[in-house]
Amino acid sequence: MLHLLQKPLEAAQPSRRSFLKISAGTIGGLVLAMNLPRAAQAAAGDGELVQPFVHIRPDNTVIVLSKHLDKGQGTATGLATLVADELDASREQVSAEFAPSNPQVYANTLFGVQGTGGSTAMANSFMQYRQAGAAAKAMIVAAAAKDWDVPAGEISVSNGVVSHASGKSATLGELAGLAAAEDVPAEPVLKTPDQWVYIGKSFPRVDVKNKTVGAPNTYTMDFQLDGLLIATVARAPRFGGKVKSFDATEAKKIPGVVNVLQIPNGVAVVAKSTWPAIKGRELLEIEWDDSAAETRSSDVMMAELKDMTTKPGLKVREDGDIDAALEASARVIEEDFDFPFLAHGAMEPLDVAISFDGENAELWLGSQIQTIDHNVAATVLGIPFEKVKINTLWAGGSFGRRAQADAHPVVEATTLAKAMRADGMDAAPVKIVWTREDDMAGGYYRPMSAHKVKVGLDENNNVTAFKYTIAAKSIIKGTPFEQMLMKDGVDHNMTEGAHDTTYAFPMMNMDQAFQETQVPVLWWRSVGHTHTAYVMETMIDRLAKEAGKDPVAYRLEMLKDDPRKVAVLKLAAEKAGWDTPPADGRYRGVAVHKSFGSYVAEIVEISFRDDDTVKVEKVIAAVDCGTPINPDNIIAQVEGGIGYGLGAILRNQVTLTDGVVEETNFDTYEPIRMSDMPEIEVHIVASNEAPTGIGEPGTPPIGPAVANAIAAAKGNWVTSLPLAKNGLV
Amino acid sequence: MSVTLKINGETRTLDADPESPLLWALRDELGMTGTKFGCGIAACGACTVHWDGVAIRSCQTLVGDLDGAEITTIEGINTKAAEAVQTAWNELDVPQCGYCQSGQIMAATALLAETPKPTDEDIDAAMDGNVCRCATYARIRKAIHLASDKMEG
Ligand code: FES
Ligand code: FES
Repeated sequence: MLHLLQKPLEAAQPSRRSFLKISAGTIGGLVLAMNLPRAAQAAAGDGELVQPFVHIRPDNTVIVLSKHLDKGQGTATGLATLVADELDASREQVSAEFAPSNPQVYANTLFGVQGTGGSTAMANSFMQYRQAGAAAKAMIVAAAAKDWDVPAGEISVSNGVVSHASGKSATLGELAGLAAAEDVPAEPVLKTPDQWVYIGKSFPRVDVKNKTVGAPNTYTMDFQLDGLLIATVARAPRFGGKVKSFDATEAKKIPGVVNVLQIPNGVAVVAKSTWPAIKGRELLEIEWDDSAAETRSSDVMMAELKDMTTKPGLKVREDGDIDAALEASARVIEEDFDFPFLAHGAMEPLDVAISFDGENAELWLGSQIQTIDHNVAATVLGIPFEKVKINTLWAGGSFGRRAQADAHPVVEATTLAKAMRADGMDAAPVKIVWTREDDMAGGYYRPMSAHKVKVGLDENNNVTAFKYTIAAKSIIKGTPFEQMLMKDGVDHNMTEGAHDTTYAFPMMNMDQAFQETQVPVLWWRSVGHTHTAYVMETMIDRLAKEAGKDPVAYRLEMLKDDPRKVAVLKLAAEKAGWDTPPADGRYRGVAVHKSFGSYVAEIVEISFRDDDTVKVEKVIAAVDCGTPINPDNIIAQVEGGIGYGLGAILRNQVTLTDGVVEETNFDTYEPIRMSDMPEIEVHIVASNEAPTGIGEPGTPPIGPAVANAIAAAKGNWVTSLPLAKNGLV
Repeated sequence: MSVTLKINGETRTLDADPESPLLWALRDELGMTGTKFGCGIAACGACTVHWDGVAIRSCQTLVGDLDGAEITTIEGINTKAAEAVQTAWNELDVPQCGYCQSGQIMAATALLAETPKPTDEDIDAAMDGNVCRCATYARIRKAIHLASDKMEG
């Protein structure tokens, strides 16, 4: 159960450690203005059916309320698909809106609070949203039966039309008002898979229209409100730095700048619009206090990490006396890997808008963990939970960046709102806009990490022992997630994808060590898998080579007890024509990995340009994510996940020089572009298993698959990322 | 200083700092937020608009240089190419987060107006300045080819 922050954060010094822990059970008690169906129904206008997850309006529109943030991964469409299918609505009448923040009604059933992440949206909503659609349909049918005086069992619903053999028919919208008077069935009957009309087939994205015409108020960055001011914040250039003193004389001379205020984490320039807020900030003179800041360079920090991997750490997995087993082996292969900090680089930089009148507050943001954002806002502002309204807007990407345990953008916005009030700016709504530089140099990176692997082999090159040590800063330790996600002081997020490997090693031990640094770290699309998959899958390739075996055949042999992994691997190999050699000048590499419950195999084909840099030509992917809800979205997410992972391993790293971030925009943190993008083919395994995640699982295999293809050409594996550091890009 | 220009066919007078980028004038002064802010340094293409039909980066175009210019934004595109592009984008469900897509559509529309039958190399050249962090590139490419077919048909 997730524990949350509740104790008043000292507004002046918000610290992650000051969060009082309360159980999710208690949260309910805080939520007085709960969206009880009956209460909501009473408040609704005539002729409308209002249920927590679906509203049917008299104009015949069906609105699905998405409890999850949609940041591009297609969740709103997925949830709409589930409701529309059970309700038998037509595609055209269904749209999606974000649900209000209310953990009692809208909790992620796997988290206990309202929030999105870990590729859990479909997994936790599959039954809930289908039941919501089925319940609404049952109420519509019951209402029609009464109105038409026919047995409910004789009424059918198809494509949004309710009808009876007598010739009576009506739309969902026409019956919505009557249906509102019906009882909500406790256990509505769900369709069997053969009755599905949309699930597993296709359902067009509900957000595409708006996103192709530049519709207003879609994203927080575009959010408009009368009198809305814009603020930028000058934050410490070194993580953990504080303002010592500042001079705003020149900044205040910029026309449009209305105020300059110190807040706990920097100096805010408040202006009538964005440009003066940016210009004004450039003219601030600030002296920083770096006494508690991280002032090391990233190469010094990496040296520390590498050193940590040479010593015993916390035991994550211990099958036996691994050192003795290595000692007894015919030979030992040893390899060191290092991975850099990575920024998420979501297309929409961070942003939060807030309106606060001293008693009530309203916030607008791409809120990924609404319950935390909500609690933090109430706590910092010193007002009750129910006096805060969180409006979730579509987010221009996240890749993990908006899922913060400390809600730091909300802390910043609420402390600014308070400072503005204290300075006499009554009830002025304000939006904090992060520039690209703010976003990229602002930390919350994928942790940098060092890995050491030792594998023992017998005379026949069979693995005898696999010893693996990872050193990195923990994403979880010291946050409100610690209670839920750490056991016995061990952070399993850091080692996921390795400690739980299904490769049949006779013995595996795994250790971890935590680096201490002020650089904030966060989950980055697929979290621990971004590095563990790389290490495991390149090592397996290497072991196949030592054993003189084909990389696919070797994996199949080592994965005997993992039939779903075997199935995706076989499918990808078949579709890629693995058994026939690639064309001249082309090299193939393979990787297979399970993350977030889903299995993905990827086979890449690369070539080398005249200057010996790598061009990834083609990727064949096979995916098993359980019951495919929306196959086209699965394909889109795997395409995107591959592109996102490929961009990172090609060129991306965030480095620090004396604590200051070097890569601050897309000129130095070069994202993947059109001409880098390979041709991608995605094959989906048919399945009746419960649906699992798809936002992240496409990302982990691409790095090692490319590295394995490079090794097929050059004979050795890249162990220090990105590839650009190795002259390959 | 005031600058008079045409935006989406309408004559507008901007009372703005001549050093201010067109991007912010559009978004903040005129409330036209379809044109996005992504990087501010001409490295991502999210802010792409047309100046006399040519795709430009509005974050690096100063208001002071625009007297008499004809600017088209995502809110105002209505050519045959634009219609084909928007239809293709919808048919193929191109957007994910969608934040880059105004810029992608403006760049693709300018490409097709100039080169109605683009090759993959033409697409690489015309679209490489437009970043999509969701990496929807495969679908953008497909959609440009589809839009090209639609324009013919
Ligand atoms: S915002 Fe203009 S190119 Fe990125
Ligand atoms: S669709 Fe998200 S950045 Fe392009």
